[in-house]
Amino acid sequence: MSLVRIICPNGHLGFAPLKIDSFLRGVDANPDFIAADSGSDDIGPVPLGSDTSTSPEVWQRQDLEAMLLAARRIGVPMIIGSSGDTGTNSRVDRYVAMIKELAAKHSLAPFKLGYFYSEVSKERVRQAIGSSEPVLGLDGRESLSEKELDATDRIVAMAGVHPFRQLLEEDCDVIIGGRSSDCAIFAAAALHRGAAEADAYYLGKVLECASFCAEPYGAKETVLGAIDDGGVTVTAMHPDQRCTIASVAGHAMYERSNPYDEFVAGGRLDMRDCHYTQIDPRTTRVTGQRFEPAKRVRVKLEGSGKVGERFVGLASVRDPYTIANIDAVIAWAKAQVVERFGADGYELHFNIFGKNGVMGDMEPVKTPAHELCIVVQGVAPTVEMAEELCMTGTRQLFYARLPEVKGTAGGVAFVLDEVLKASPAYRWTVNHTLAVDDPLELFPTHTLTVGA
Amino acid sequence: MTKLSELAKTIRSKNAGVDKITFDIIFTDRAIYKKVLASQAVTAAKISSLYGIAQERIADFVEYDPGCAIKFTIYRNAPSGSAGDSDIFGAQQYAPLLDIDVPV
Repeated sequence: MSLVRIICPNGHLGFAPLKIDSFLRGVDANPDFIAADSGSDDIGPVPLGSDTSTSPEVWQRQDLEAMLLAARRIGVPMIIGSSGDTGTNSRVDRYVAMIKELAAKHSLAPFKLGYFYSEVSKERVRQAIGSSEPVLGLDGRESLSEKELDATDRIVAMAGVHPFRQLLEEDCDVIIGGRSSDCAIFAAAALHRGAAEADAYYLGKVLECASFCAEPYGAKETVLGAIDDGGVTVTAMHPDQRCTIASVAGHAMYERSNPYDEFVAGGRLDMRDCHYTQIDPRTTRVTGQRFEPAKRVRVKLEGSGKVGERFVGLASVRDPYTIANIDAVIAWAKAQVVERFGADGYELHFNIFGKNGVMGDMEPVKTPAHELCIVVQGVAPTVEMAEELCMTGTRQLFYARLPEVKGTAGGVAFVLDEVLKASPAYRWTVNHTLAVDDPLELFPTHTLTVGA
Repeated sequence: MTKLSELAKTIRSKNAGVDKITFDIIFTDRAIYKKVLASQAVTAAKISSLYGIAQERIADFVEYDPGCAIKFTIYRNAPSGSAGDSDIFGAQQYAPLLDIDVPV
């Protein structure tokens, strides 16, 4: 008999739509919760900094609709974390609005909606910078400085299980979360049902990306996770997929530095002694996980700051002599930019696809391809400057002066004789942790009744 | 000599946070996994040489027995998605691993 059963239909709700057939199979299996993560820092710093979603609203709405209707039909809570790709307040508000609209559209009976925010004010972070507990850097970063904080536009804190548990204790039927640790979304539900921390967090770890823990590869399919007798089981819901020892153990490694540790606000899941058993063709059981509570709760912060406005240009090369001398061509274009704009106050980037374009300096293949595509990015304080900067860097590739080139009518090919306005450039300014006395401090919760 | 791509089931790369890229080489056959380990064809030193990076840039290098996998993680030169970054997800940095010769 399972203590708790949770289905997860999507590893990043909104980024690509869930697959409905395996989702409905999961719903038919009568789970206790339907839950999904909707965010990631994989998408780069632009959505957080500019407070936008990278996912189309129609895809977000479609998945929320499928999950909401199923959850209300079988009468179980639905939980979403990291709403709208970034979990900023505006994304939480947008998801709350969508839930209200969907409830009205389908004339759903009244239910309790809980939501929480996770944006952190720069002033709150500034206080910590000057305190006895600095804002510690992750992944080799130094402690956060006021200068980097000043360069930041928006900060979200990454919730652990605490706000989700708070809203579950208030009997919420639907929970819309701000930025959250992926695994906390599921762990909170399991803890609410009395699961041990180690099993709850492992369950969250294995479910967070839906069918990424199954094989053969096929994303956006539903998987079902359960906890029973001190173990976690995970079962693929797509008829052609299996959760195998290899696929589940392999997933423990996914997207983290090492395969043994998963850090959340409040502790560390230790997977060193995990033991995997195949219990039926589509199900693997996991035991041996441990959880070590943190002595001091430190919450991860993500922050993004604007670098400038951005345009992108494209140019291609086929002449083998030009390809052999491509560095001189780029140097010419850069020199023309310096002549016009000076040496600093902007960023100009050339990604040369066909010559280390994807891997940069780490590329072991040193011979360029027979044709190259150059992506030019110009980043500057104003739209006008960024456009002209990028145009100069792109068009001057056409006029680069190579002493022995045979083709003297134009040095590159253009797909477009223009440069394209891109999203402004942002960068990750904050990848740090902040100590808190109250794990709910940064995540204010709210509830309301939705429906007829 | 056999190519690593013929021995491993999965060879992939992906962001591990905004400052790192992590690489997974996963085998389905434990005996082959053990042989690859014993061959010393994939070590931190080999990765450093293959990618032309200092060993200090390798944050972790783990032989992960429960998953029959070798996993290593490197620091990025700049955070993911910075202007000029050509691989925001870090998803295409594994290709040089495919052709590693393994003496098995």
